[in-house]
Amino acid sequence: MSVFEVFISAIFVNNIVLAQNLGNCPYLGCSKEKGVALGMGTSVIFVTVMATLCTWLVQKYILIPTGLEYLQTLVFILIIASLVQFVEMFLKKAIPPLYASLGIFLPLITTNCCVLGVTLLVQREQYDLMDALIYAFATGAGFLLALLLMAGVRERLETCRVPKAMAGTPIALIMAGIMSLSFMAFKGMV
Amino acid sequence: MNQFIQELTKGLWKELPPFRLLLGLCPVLAVTKSASNGIGMGMAVLFVLTLSNMLISLVRNIIPSKVRIACFITISATLVVAVELLMQAYAYPLYLQLGIFVPLIVVNCIILGRAEAFAAKNPVHLAIADGLGMGLGFTMSLTFLGSIREILGAGTWFGYPVMWDGFQPFTIMVEAPGAFLCLGLTLAAMNYGTRRQLMKRNREGSEASASPCGGCRACSIGKSQD
Repeated sequence: MSVFEVFISAIFVNNIVLAQNLGNCPYLGCSKEKGVALGMGTSVIFVTVMATLCTWLVQKYILIPTGLEYLQTLVFILIIASLVQFVEMFLKKAIPPLYASLGIFLPLITTNCCVLGVTLLVQREQYDLMDALIYAFATGAGFLLALLLMAGVRERLETCRVPKAMAGTPIALIMAGIMSLSFMAFKGMV
Repeated sequence: MNQFIQELTKGLWKELPPFRLLLGLCPVLAVTKSASNGIGMGMAVLFVLTLSNMLISLVRNIIPSKVRIACFITISATLVVAVELLMQAYAYPLYLQLGIFVPLIVVNCIILGRAEAFAAKNPVHLAIADGLGMGLGFTMSLTFLGSIREILGAGTWFGYPVMWDGFQPFTIMVEAPGAFLCLGLTLAAMNYGTRRQLMKRNREGSEASASPCGGCRACSIGKSQD
């Protein structure tokens, strides 16, 4: 697959939230305002790319030569957790304004299945390093896109009259369903 | 003993994990394409949740509170690796069906959520009861959603055809959109039921002490998303 195809398919055709059902907790939890959605989405892109880089190298140069592939899950989640902690400390010290806007999202990202999911999918698809990084970036961008779309819809929903039993999460899920339905139209593209 | 049963049963209805607490939605949406997938995923989570609750409760006084999250993750990841290997050995077709969602049990919010909220503060037998109850509730919910989606989307239940001849399956129900729609409608139905009950109780003359939101926990989802 060419780089361009990997990119387009990760954003639209196999959108991480709307087609693969990963990362749903932040998708529903952080999509009430556009600002929050933007912060969460950007942090996810950043952490996903960093995590993919680290886990790809660890898998290739440590786990495979030593025959420990079965520990993949355990090693990957520990790498992600320590990476997130490290990024948080680094941002706090080096770039305080960025920390102020992204800081609150970073601890939540450790348990975002988006990040671990991407690192595992990269191994299953057996991408080389360049493709893996592009795939990680595009997946993060797809997550950001889904989050922003949802935030836009939910801001409008605030002022709509919704049946009382549907108010809150149920209507948000129905909206997500319709959005996912429209993303199915991209299926034939790649 | 009384408390044991109380902790065990709360996960079955009052705090039913995916519907009431809205935790661990990814597997709920992604693997419930069929009832048997739902039950398989539920059993895997039940196993990990009960054992991780037990282990965390056992070591809760040894772990320094600053690194507790990392310890919880290590414990649950170890258990998930064990489940992965067991599934590869004894339930390989199911392992292929669930795919990437087996290793993703590690980051299922419900495991960390229960560890942090319950197992880290309570003695072992209660932690086990909590894990069992929540795990069973989770399995029930997944099987329920899986059944609805399989019956409507493929016309079968656990692989056996159950609908009449000439039934046209709604293929959309077994695709990604069907998951969102199905969960949304289920939550709405539960809200509706709770509201009806409250209204009936209020009409009978008891004081209107209940909140207008009923059992809906939507307001707290912002706090528990992780």
